Amino acid sequence: MNFPENLFYSEEHEWVEKIGPKKVRVGITDHAQSELGDIVFVELPEIGKELTAGDTLAVVESVKSAADVYSPVSGKVIEVNEELNDRPELINEDPYGDGWIAVLELEDPSELDNLMTADEYKRMIGEE
Amino acid sequence: MRYTPHRPNEIDEMLRTIGVSSIDDLFKDIPEQLKEKAEGAFQALSAPMTEKELSFYMDNLADENYDLFEVVSFMGAGVYPHYVPSVVDTISSRGEFYTAYTPYQAEASQGSLHVSFEWQTYIARLTGMDVANASMYDAGSATAEAVYMAIRIHRGKRNKVIIASTLHPEIKEVLKTYLEPKGTIIEEIRYDKETGRIDVEHLKDLVDEDTLAVIVQSPNFFGIIEDEKDAVEITHEKGALYIATILEPLAYGLIKPAGYYGADIVVGDAIGLGNYPAYGGPGVGFLATRSKYIRQMPGRLVGETTDVEGTRGYVLTLQTREQHIRRAKATSNITSNHFLMALRATVYMALLGRTGFKKLAYVNYKIAHYAKEKLEAIEGVEVPFSGPFFNEFTVKLPVSAQHVFDHMAAEGIYPGVPLHRFFGPAYENYMLIATTELHSKEDIDGLASHLLEVIKNG
Amino acid sequence: MADKILEYLIFELDGLGESTYEVDDPIGDDFSVDVPEELMRDDLPFPDVPEVEVVRHYTRLSQLNFSVDTGFYPLGSCTMKYNPKIHEHVASDARFAMLHPYQPDEDVQGALAVMYHLSELLQEITGMDAISLHPAAGAHGELTGTFIARAYFRHKGETQRHIAIIPDSAHGTNPASAAMAGFDVIEVKSNEKGQVDMDALREIVGKYGDEIAIIMLTNPNTLGVFEENILEIAELIHGVGGLLYYDGANLNGILGMARPGDMGFDIVHLNLHKTFSAPHGGGGPGSGPIGVKEHLKDFLPVPTVIYDEESGMFKLNYDIPHSIGRMRMFHANFLVLLKSYMYIISLGGEGLRQVGRLAVLNANYLAAKVKKYFPIPYGELYKHEFVATGKVLKDQGVKTLDIAKRLIDFGVHPPTIYFPLIVSEALMIEPTETETKYNLDMYAAALETIFREAHENPEMLHSAPNNAPIGRLDDVKAVKQLKVVYTEEE
Repeated sequence: MNFPENLFYSEEHEWVEKIGPKKVRVGITDHAQSELGDIVFVELPEIGKELTAGDTLAVVESVKSAADVYSPVSGKVIEVNEELNDRPELINEDPYGDGWIAVLELEDPSELDNLMTADEYKRMIGEE
Repeated sequence: MRYTPHRPNEIDEMLRTIGVSSIDDLFKDIPEQLKEKAEGAFQALSAPMTEKELSFYMDNLADENYDLFEVVSFMGAGVYPHYVPSVVDTISSRGEFYTAYTPYQAEASQGSLHVSFEWQTYIARLTGMDVANASMYDAGSATAEAVYMAIRIHRGKRNKVIIASTLHPEIKEVLKTYLEPKGTIIEEIRYDKETGRIDVEHLKDLVDEDTLAVIVQSPNFFGIIEDEKDAVEITHEKGALYIATILEPLAYGLIKPAGYYGADIVVGDAIGLGNYPAYGGPGVGFLATRSKYIRQMPGRLVGETTDVEGTRGYVLTLQTREQHIRRAKATSNITSNHFLMALRATVYMALLGRTGFKKLAYVNYKIAHYAKEKLEAIEGVEVPFSGPFFNEFTVKLPVSAQHVFDHMAAEGIYPGVPLHRFFGPAYENYMLIATTELHSKEDIDGLASHLLEVIKNG
Repeated sequence: MADKILEYLIFELDGLGESTYEVDDPIGDDFSVDVPEELMRDDLPFPDVPEVEVVRHYTRLSQLNFSVDTGFYPLGSCTMKYNPKIHEHVASDARFAMLHPYQPDEDVQGALAVMYHLSELLQEITGMDAISLHPAAGAHGELTGTFIARAYFRHKGETQRHIAIIPDSAHGTNPASAAMAGFDVIEVKSNEKGQVDMDALREIVGKYGDEIAIIMLTNPNTLGVFEENILEIAELIHGVGGLLYYDGANLNGILGMARPGDMGFDIVHLNLHKTFSAPHGGGGPGSGPIGVKEHLKDFLPVPTVIYDEESGMFKLNYDIPHSIGRMRMFHANFLVLLKSYMYIISLGGEGLRQVGRLAVLNANYLAAKVKKYFPIPYGELYKHEFVATGKVLKDQGVKTLDIAKRLIDFGVHPPTIYFPLIVSEALMIEPTETETKYNLDMYAAALETIFREAHENPEMLHSAPNNAPIGRLDDVKAVKQLKVVYTEEE
């Protein structure tokens, strides 16, 4: 399983990529997508929605389960991956790339310090 | 004991396998005081009956009822008795259908799933909508669930529901109960005393940016076919959803369905399609909507797929909306539905076909119009509403409707449903009269002559 | 379009012959009436199919179904017991089936007597003070119950009570119903015995106190385990002014041996199609009567049935002071009530106790045989059902889904799977009392065979069922290429 070094990871299996001074892209990890199985639907947030870390950002559904995706950081949704409406399987195929879920504008970039590194995340899920 | 096939020696053997010495040992985790109370209470219940005894006992109880074959009834008001073809009973009494449960294991349940897919298609086509679910409990709870659906579609941002005053009073009561915890405001559209239709000008005044849905029943509680075209337009102008309710879906064999006018959700009850009146239940609620709202639907939904070999088959689908997966965040808590009644309605629609369904709808229409003409000819009897109707209409009598009812019931005729029951003394002289293909010309002529007599005698 | 089909859709049979259904016009040609043009429907897209083909089509479809009448159906938490045939026979009698809900009470005394007596019997069976037969299903009864709890607290001015405590082993309907009544759900975890963890519960009660509205419990719970601390739980919740709600889905496991009313429950719902043998109808109709204690009587939905001493008649009663109102149109799922009434009076008190006792005997016997292969993580004594785990076949790459699908090949119905959520790879098995020892032995033998197959030929399990009307269905495709109605243009 793949866990890129440049990302931040949450305990709830989301990843965060810093793409600007106050901008991050968010998705779910390779581990999470593999646990869920074939993803068939993604409920995306509305653009402009304000979130506190821990709020539900999106819902990712397989045939027999629905998993809340919690926002790992606080901020405003400024972009969502509309492509997932037609091709939810992108999360399975490319969780860190085309399977991204949303871009947030951070309220407080220091919140990223609360998240895990790739190594820490791997240890948490017992991959090491 | 009946229905428990255990031989005494088998029970001993089973206990040995488990490793206990008596059945009582299997209950030692239950506090003694609870067991004692239960034992006392159950000992006080009656002694068992054999099947023969039960059969005679039930026969006596059944004799305490006057059923609709023993009287000539013109009662409708939400339940319209129709002829039930034998084919329907034959199919629905197959144990393969009625002793199965919700088709959780699709490969062992293709019969039920296939039927549900047909039912969904029939309901979508009948109502003029894109999709329908696998059934609801009844029209009352289905209407309430439709409002919950509208709340989800508006993401909780709107808080007012506007309902037709001509909606069935019992549906209004169900809405009140279901919406109280949500704090949703309910407002009523007046009806026009001339036509018996809702006053669309009043709807225009009521509907606003806070309106999440407008609910209109057509044919309405007075039997009148509403002007849905204007009502839908006014509703959509403010971004609200139009929920249509229908309690006599046979009407859609003749008149344009709500889907044709642009309704967003159509709910109703198919108790009249191949089901018995059953003292009001079980009927079978339905809910149809537009494709774009499919994920907000409550209840089971059956979808088409294929097996590993490419053979077409059916499964429960979009299950993540449901309580067993989403728990507190589910679209509804609904679990079972009324499959058996939906099966009956499906077989009924299949048997009648478009030719039979359309003809039956027209015949119902014709009988009712004949009845209206007959009754209207009686001096003092008025048909107060000028709006078009299907197989039910309201009359205003020169005497109390209950008085007429009591006199005629004594002669074996239920002339209709007196409306004071729902609306109080202002409607004392109003009676709601429904006719179906179960009525002969003589039944209707008899209704008219008896009515004339009761009126004459005061 | 699929390459192969099992059976046509009725829509594909259009044009096979003429519709042979006859509709007569009782009024005749002397009277004619037009339908206003603007109201007329142009087209009704229903197929015309001859009667003989309609009958064959639905008969063939019935044969693709597994059912209690065709075989052993131990679906956990669903109580798939035998459904006596006399019940169907009586329920189709016109004197019960052809009744209109607005007939005068005096003309339907037989129907009202059934409802009145059934209410009284259910009151005794549950140990409650009043019964409403109004709700259409178990989940509907649950919703009615949570609405009553809400109304009760509002009436008392205790609007701060917003918490519903629900165990992590609960049916999904519990949190869904609580949410619909406006409660916030707090989950309480289970302990190593599969029962409510008392320390965790005390912590929740200590933290929320008078914010607690209800606790919703199933007892025996979904693991088939009796909550031994039930009396203490009742004391704890009542101590902070909360109510206890009993989910009656599993009543079969204690029928005649313990009553929810005696355990301290304030509100109870029953599933007549489970415990009281009204058939499941392929998914319904059910019926979900609720019972309440004295202090909640005035909040029941309308109508109830009463006996009027003066006139000597049974009557529908709409006069309930703080009634939550209506949950549905008309009175109840009457024909379902009728079947359960017959079931109860034909078994009598002693027969009903036998039901509970033998249901538990069957469950424990099957458990003893099954756990040699598939361990049962929670409980030692089971009530109506037990939950085994398929986790032991993880190394073989075999999942519970594979086990379930393979069971179909043996001519039996699979258990409920992947529920409750606290057991991984769960197999929830409820045999019921109406099964012979022989059937239980066969089921255990089938599971043993599957266990062996998993070690010898796991591939075969992945492709199961191999002996059913259809192979394993692709439910991912069903969601991604969503198709829920038939369309002609394929």
